[in-house]
Amino acid sequence: MIHSLFLINASGDIFLEKHWKSVVSRSVCDYFFEAQERATEPENVPPVIPTPHHYLISVLRHRIYFVAVIQSEVPPLFVIEFLHRVVDTFQDYFGVCTEAAIKDNVVVVYELLEEMLDNGFPLATESNILKELIKPPTILRTMVNTITGSTNVGEQLPTGQLSVVPWRRTGVKYTNNEAYFDVVEEIDAIIDKSGSTITAEIQGVIDACVKLTGMPDLTLSFMNPRLLDDVSFHPCVRFKRWEAERILSFIPPDGNFRLLSYHVSSQNLVAIPVYVKHNITFREGSSQGRFDLTLGPKQTMGKAVESVLVSSQLPRGVLNTNLNPSQGTYTFDPVTKLLTWDVGKINPQKLPSLKGTMSLQAGASKPDENPTINIQFKIQQMAISGLKVNRLDMYGEKYKPFKGIKYMTKAGKFQVRT
Amino acid sequence: MLDSNKDSLKLEAMKRIVAMIARGKNASDLFPAVVKNVACKNIEVKKLVYVYLVRYAEEQQDLALLSISTFQRGLKDPNQLIRASALRVLSSIRVTIIVPIMMLAIKEAASDMSPYVRKTAAHAIPKLYSLDPEQKDQLIEVIEKLLADKTTLVAGSVVMAFEEVCPERIDLIHKNYRKLCNLLIDVEEWGQVVIINMLTRYARTQFLNPNINESLLEEGGSGEKTFYGSDDEEDEDEEEKEKKAETAAMAKRKPYVMDPDHRLLLRNTKPLLQSRNAAVVMAVAQLYFHLAPKAEVGVIAKALVRLLRSHSEVQYVVLQNVATMTIKRRGMFEPYLKSFYIRSTDPTQIKVLKLEVLTNLANETNISTILREFQTYIKSMDKDFVAATIQAIGRCATNIGEVRDTCLNGLVQLLSNRDELVVAESVVVIKKLLQMQPEKHSDIIKHMAKLTDNIQVPMARASILWLIGEYCEHVPKIAPDVLRKMAKSFTNEEDIVKLQIINLAAKLYLTNSKQTKLLTQYVLNLAKYDQNYDIRDRARFIRQLIVPTEKSGALSKYAKKLFLALKPAPVLESPFKDRDHFQLGSLSHLLNAKAGGYQELPDWPEAAPDPSVRNVEVPEWTKCSSREKRKEKKVEKPFYSDSEGESGPTESADSESDSGSGSESASGSEVSASGSESEESEEGSESEEEEQKDKKKTKKELKKPVQESESEQSSEEEERKHARKSKISKSESESESDEEDESESESSESESEDSESEAEVKKKKKAAESKPPCKPVKKENKKEKKEISLLDLDDFDPTPSPQVTPVNSFLSSSLVTDLEGLSLSDSVLAPATMAPSSALKSYELLHRITGEGLQVEFCFSRQPFSPDANMVAVQMHFTNNASADAKSLHMEDVKLQSGMRVREFPEIELLPAGETATAVMGIDFCDSTQAANFQLCTQTRKFFVSIQPPVGELMRPVFLTENEFKKEQGQLMGMNEITEKLTLDATCRNEHTIVQRVTAAANLSRVPCGSDKECSPPVPPPDHPVYRFAGRTVTSGSLVLVTVVTREEGAAQLTVNCEKMVIGTMLVKDILLALTQ
Repeated sequence: MIHSLFLINASGDIFLEKHWKSVVSRSVCDYFFEAQERATEPENVPPVIPTPHHYLISVLRHRIYFVAVIQSEVPPLFVIEFLHRVVDTFQDYFGVCTEAAIKDNVVVVYELLEEMLDNGFPLATESNILKELIKPPTILRTMVNTITGSTNVGEQLPTGQLSVVPWRRTGVKYTNNEAYFDVVEEIDAIIDKSGSTITAEIQGVIDACVKLTGMPDLTLSFMNPRLLDDVSFHPCVRFKRWEAERILSFIPPDGNFRLLSYHVSSQNLVAIPVYVKHNITFREGSSQGRFDLTLGPKQTMGKAVESVLVSSQLPRGVLNTNLNPSQGTYTFDPVTKLLTWDVGKINPQKLPSLKGTMSLQAGASKPDENPTINIQFKIQQMAISGLKVNRLDMYGEKYKPFKGIKYMTKAGKFQVRT
Repeated sequence: MLDSNKDSLKLEAMKRIVAMIARGKNASDLFPAVVKNVACKNIEVKKLVYVYLVRYAEEQQDLALLSISTFQRGLKDPNQLIRASALRVLSSIRVTIIVPIMMLAIKEAASDMSPYVRKTAAHAIPKLYSLDPEQKDQLIEVIEKLLADKTTLVAGSVVMAFEEVCPERIDLIHKNYRKLCNLLIDVEEWGQVVIINMLTRYARTQFLNPNINESLLEEGGSGEKTFYGSDDEEDEDEEEKEKKAETAAMAKRKPYVMDPDHRLLLRNTKPLLQSRNAAVVMAVAQLYFHLAPKAEVGVIAKALVRLLRSHSEVQYVVLQNVATMTIKRRGMFEPYLKSFYIRSTDPTQIKVLKLEVLTNLANETNISTILREFQTYIKSMDKDFVAATIQAIGRCATNIGEVRDTCLNGLVQLLSNRDELVVAESVVVIKKLLQMQPEKHSDIIKHMAKLTDNIQVPMARASILWLIGEYCEHVPKIAPDVLRKMAKSFTNEEDIVKLQIINLAAKLYLTNSKQTKLLTQYVLNLAKYDQNYDIRDRARFIRQLIVPTEKSGALSKYAKKLFLALKPAPVLESPFKDRDHFQLGSLSHLLNAKAGGYQELPDWPEAAPDPSVRNVEVPEWTKCSSREKRKEKKVEKPFYSDSEGESGPTESADSESDSGSGSESASGSEVSASGSESEESEEGSESEEEEQKDKKKTKKELKKPVQESESEQSSEEEERKHARKSKISKSESESESDEEDESESESSESESEDSESEAEVKKKKKAAESKPPCKPVKKENKKEKKEISLLDLDDFDPTPSPQVTPVNSFLSSSLVTDLEGLSLSDSVLAPATMAPSSALKSYELLHRITGEGLQVEFCFSRQPFSPDANMVAVQMHFTNNASADAKSLHMEDVKLQSGMRVREFPEIELLPAGETATAVMGIDFCDSTQAANFQLCTQTRKFFVSIQPPVGELMRPVFLTENEFKKEQGQLMGMNEITEKLTLDATCRNEHTIVQRVTAAANLSRVPCGSDKECSPPVPPPDHPVYRFAGRTVTSGSLVLVTVVTREEGAAQLTVNCEKMVIGTMLVKDILLALTQ
C-alpha cells in the first residue's frame, strides 16, 4: 500500500516526508519533477507516474503536491481518495492547509499521519476519532501545555473506534443544542453562442453543522424526495430507510459534516438564473477588437443574484484591454490573459455591462477562437431545483434542539461559449 | 535536553527531532539518547520516541533491541490503546532478530479481547511477512483465525493481510464468504475497497458467468442481435464465441441460474455505490462490471458519472475506467452523454479522456450532437486538445458510415486553418479516412496536393505524399508535378518525408514511366548519397526492383504488384480497446501494464465449483445450507418434479424452470419421489443425474401402491382438470399441453403454480372434484381427522408464551375445511415428528391446525448469529404434518418497531410431507421485548406470526472474572441496580439448580468464584454462597450483571445491575419466577 508521502510546494521543494515502511529515498521525486516540467499547467501533471521501481500517485491541493509512493498494485483511487482525506484533515485541524501551517505544526502533522496509516493501510481517518486521539492545536491549549506540561495526545482509545457509530464520539455536551443544515445547489451548465443551453445539471449537497448533546437520532424528510436522482451519503445515513421511505435517518457526527450530496435528475429542465449578451469580435487587419458583455437575471423567482464574478481567458493575441464596467471592477492580467470582472449584485433595473476595446498584437492575424466566459454567482434562500426539506425530527434525547435550514444556489461550472 | 528530568523539556527535544526527520535530515546519531526515553511516562514523548524508533531502528539494530522489553511490557497493559500501539511499533521495527518475538506477539494479539488490538494484529501480519517471508505458514494460520473474526473492525484489515501474504489461498475465504458479504456494509470504507476487490476475484473463480446465456443468444442461435449491436460488440462476441463454444452445448441443457451466493454478493455491494468514498464506488463498479449479468451492470453508470464532479485526479481515474467500459457496454453510459461534454477549464488530460469517452459513445443517433460539440472544441486554445479532437472525429467517421462524408468535409475545411498543427493532424486523419474509399474523393486529394507547398509538419507532408502515390491514378496530372517539386527540395526534407518521396517516385515510375522516369532516377540518385542509411537502403532496393536492368531478377516483374497492392484500410480504434483484461480500477489497468503484485482476474470457470464449501459449520446451518445446495442442483436439472398423486395445491419448485423442451418434461415428470428420498439421492454428485432418475423411477414404482387410491382417480380427474385449466389460464397451457400429450397420469401436478390466483383456481377445482364419486369417503376421513386433531390439541404442552396466529381467511370457510380435511387425512401416514432441542425452551410459532399441517416452533439457540453479531439467533423447526409437500417456505412483510432488524432465514425450497427442517434467522430486537411480526409464506398460504423474545434471550454471555465483575458492578449502582428479596423454592437450594435455573431463564454465563467471603465479612458462613452471572445485551452491548446471594432458610437476595433499566426490571421478574416456582 502507501509506502511514503512527500509534500512538495509550488517551487518544487520537498518540505515534508514520511515513511511508513522502509525509507524511500527522496530522489524518487525526480521523476515527478520531470513530469511536472513536461506539463504546461500545474494541474496537467498526470496523477499516476510509473517509475522503474515505484509508482507515484499525486494530488494537487492548495498549491501543494501530495505525492504518495507505492510499490505494488493498489487501486489508484484508493490512494487518491486517501490523500484528499489527509488534506481535509489538515484543513480541519489547522484551518488552512498551506505550507506554512504544515511547517508550523509539523509534529501534529506527523502524529496525524502516524495515526491515519499503519504500514501503509488506513487506520483512522474519521476526523472525530482523530480529534480524540490528537487534540487540534489552539492557542489556549498550547499555552496551557507549555505551563503544565500536559500533552495533546489522548490516552484512551477513542470510544468511537469500537462502537457501531465510529463517526460520533460519546459524551458530547452542549448548552445550546442546535442543528443547522445548508442545502447548497450548484448549477453546472454550458451555454452556447446563441444562448441556448447545451447541458445543464444541478448538483446539490446538504452540509450540516450539528451540535447536539448525547446520542441524538435524527430524521430528515423532504417535500419532494423524488427530485433526487442520485445520492451519496455520509456513512451515518441508514440506507435501508432511504430505500424504503425516502427519509434520511441518521445519528449525526459531532460538528460539521456533509450529510448528503445529490444529483437532480436530468429529466427536469434546469432553470438558468442568468443570461449573458455578448459581442466579442476581432477584426481582420486592425489591431482592435470589440468587447461587449451584458448580464441579466432570468428565472430567479424574485431573488437577487449576488456575488457575480465573470472571468474569461482571452486569446493570446490580446495585448491589453480598455473596458468600461457599468458597475463593479475589472482586471486584466496581460501575462496570463485572464480577464476578471467582479460585478457584485445584479440590479434588474439597471443591467451591468462591460464595454470597450481590446488591443491586439500588431500584425498578428486575428485569433480564430472566441473566449469562453465563466460565471460565478450566488442566490440566497433558494434551491433552484425546488428541493424543500419537510421536517427534521429528533429521537433518543429529551431536550428540544434549535433547528435551522438554509438554501442557496450557486454557479458550479457555468460556462458561456462565445 | 533528552536527559533532563522534566517531561516538558524532553517533549520539546523530541519535537525538534521529529521536525528534523520530517524535513528529511539525518537524526540517527541521537539514537542512544532517544531510545532511553522509550519508557517515559509522558504519552506524547513516548509517541514521538516511537516515531523516531520506527524510522531509525533498521539502521541501528543493536540499540533498537534495548527498547524491545518495553514493548513486551506494553503488550500486557490493560489499556487496549497501549497494547495496540506497542504491537504496532514492535511490528514496525524492521529488525530480523526479533521475528520470533513478533510472531508470538501477533499470535497473542490475534486472540485479544479488544477488536482494536486484533485489528492491529492483522496490520502487523504483512509487516512481519515482508521482513521474513519464511514465516508465511504460521502467518496464514493467524490469518485464518482472524478471518473467522466477526467484528467489522477486523474484517478489512485481515483481508488486506490476506491479499498481501497469501492471495492464492482462496480456499480460506470459502467459510467466511457469506459473513464477509453480510458484514461488508458496516466495514470501514478502506476495508470495503480491499474486500470488494478480493471478492471480485473470488467470485470469478467460484461462480458461473452470468452472461453465458446471452452470449449464446447473440451467437446466432436465434439470430438476435444485442440491443446495441455494434461493431465492437460483435468483435467481443467473436472472442467470446470461441471461449463459449465448448461450454455452449452444456449450457444449453442447463439454463443458467445464479448461485445464491453470487446474488448475495451483488445485492450487498449495491448500496455501497452510494458511498461518499470514490474508491469504494469504483470498487463496486468494477465488481458489477466483472460479475453482474449484463442487464444489471447499468446501475453503476449513474454513480460513476457522479464521481466526475469530484477532484480532477479522481476524474482522471474514473474516466480511464469509463473509457474501457464504454467500449464493451456502450448503452450503459449513453444517457449520460452530456456529462462528458468538455469545459474549457478542464485540464488537458481530462479533456482528452472525455473525448475518448464521447467517441466511444458515438452512434448513429447521437453523432450529430457529438459532431457539433467537436466543432466547438476545434476552436479551443489548447492545441493538444484540438489535435485529439481531430483524431476523435476521424474515429467517429470510420465507425459510423453515415457521417463519413460530413466528417471528411469538415476536416477538409480544417485544412485551411491557420494553425499548422491542426492542419497536420487533419491531413493525417484524412489520409486514413480516404483509404477507405479513395475513388470518390480525388478532389480532396488534389486539394491536399496543393497543400504540400505550405505544410511544414513532416508527418503531414509524408501523409500527403503517400496519398498521392497510392492514388496516383486518380490524379494523373498532379502527381508528377508534386514529385517534381519534392525532388527539388529533397535534400532539405525530414527522413520520413524523404522515404515517402522515394515511394512516390517508385509508384509513379510504375504507372506513368514516360513522364517520371528521369525524375525518379534523379530522386534515387539523391537518396543514394543520403546520410541516413535507411534511405540509402531503400533507394537501392527500389532501384533494383523497378528499373529493369539485365541483372534484375524475377522480382521486378512483380514490382507493380508489390507497390500498388490494395492496402486494407486502417482501423482506427480506441487505445482502451484491449485494456479490459486488467481488473478495472486497478493500477495496472490505469497504466495498461502489469504492476507488481497485480493479481490476474481469472476467467469464469466452466463448471461451478462445489458451492457447499461456503457452508458454515454451525449445526443449525448445515441443514438449511444443504437445502440451498439442493436448490441449485434442482435447478440445474430443471424438470425434476415430484408428483404426489393427490397432493392438493402443490407448490412445485419447477416454477422457475423454463418450460422449454417437452421431451425433458416428460422424463422429468416420471421422477416422482417423496422429498426424503430425493434428498438422499441428491447428496450424490451432479454427474449422476441419469442414474438418479432411474433410481427414482424405481422408487416411484415402489411407492405407487401406497398412493393407489388417489392415483386411480387421478387419471380421470386430471383430464377434466386440464380441460378447465386450459380455458382459464392460457399462459400455462403451453407447457401443459406438451405434458398432456405424453399423457402421463401424474404429470399434471408438476406445472408451475407461481401465483396465488392459479393456486386458488386449483383449489376450487379440487373442491369441485371432491364432490363426485369419492365424496362419502372423504367425509368420513374428515370426521376422523377432526377428532384426531382435537386430541392432538390436548396433547400439546401448554407453551409458555403461546403466540396467537390469526387464521388466514382468504378462502371461503367451506373450502378451508375441505382442504384441511384433505391434508389431515394424509397426516396419518406421516406421523408428526417433534424434535425440539432438548435443553432449550421452544415456543410455538405456528400451530399445525392453523398452519394447515405445517407446524413451526422456534427456540433461541443461544448461538452467536454469525452474519450479524447484533442479532439474536432464532432457530426455527418446521414440521410438515400435512400430506402435501410444503414448498418455498420463506418470510415476507416483516413489520418491526423502529430500529429492529431481521435477517431472514434462507428460503426452504421444499419440505416434504412428514419431514422436519431447521432454519436459523436473526433478529435484532434492539434490546426491547417488542415482538417481531412477519408473514410466514408457503407457496400457497401466508401465516401471520410473531416472535416475542423473553428478556433473558436478549443477552449473550460474557466471561468476567470476579474482580472485573465487582468493578463493573461498582459502576452500575444507583438507578441501574435492582434488588429483590426472595425465598428460594425448596427444590432449588443447591448450587446446581440455582445456576441451572438462572441460566435457563437468561442467557448468561456464570462468573467463576468460590463462596464469597467478602459478602459478610465478620463471620463468613461458608454455606451461604454467592452466585454471579454476567452477560451483555445483544444490540447495545450493555452489561447485565446478576448476583444471587443466598441466606439461611432459603432466603436469598437477587441483584441485577444493568444500564438498561427496563431490561433490568424485566430480568429480575423472570429470574425471580424461575427461582421461586
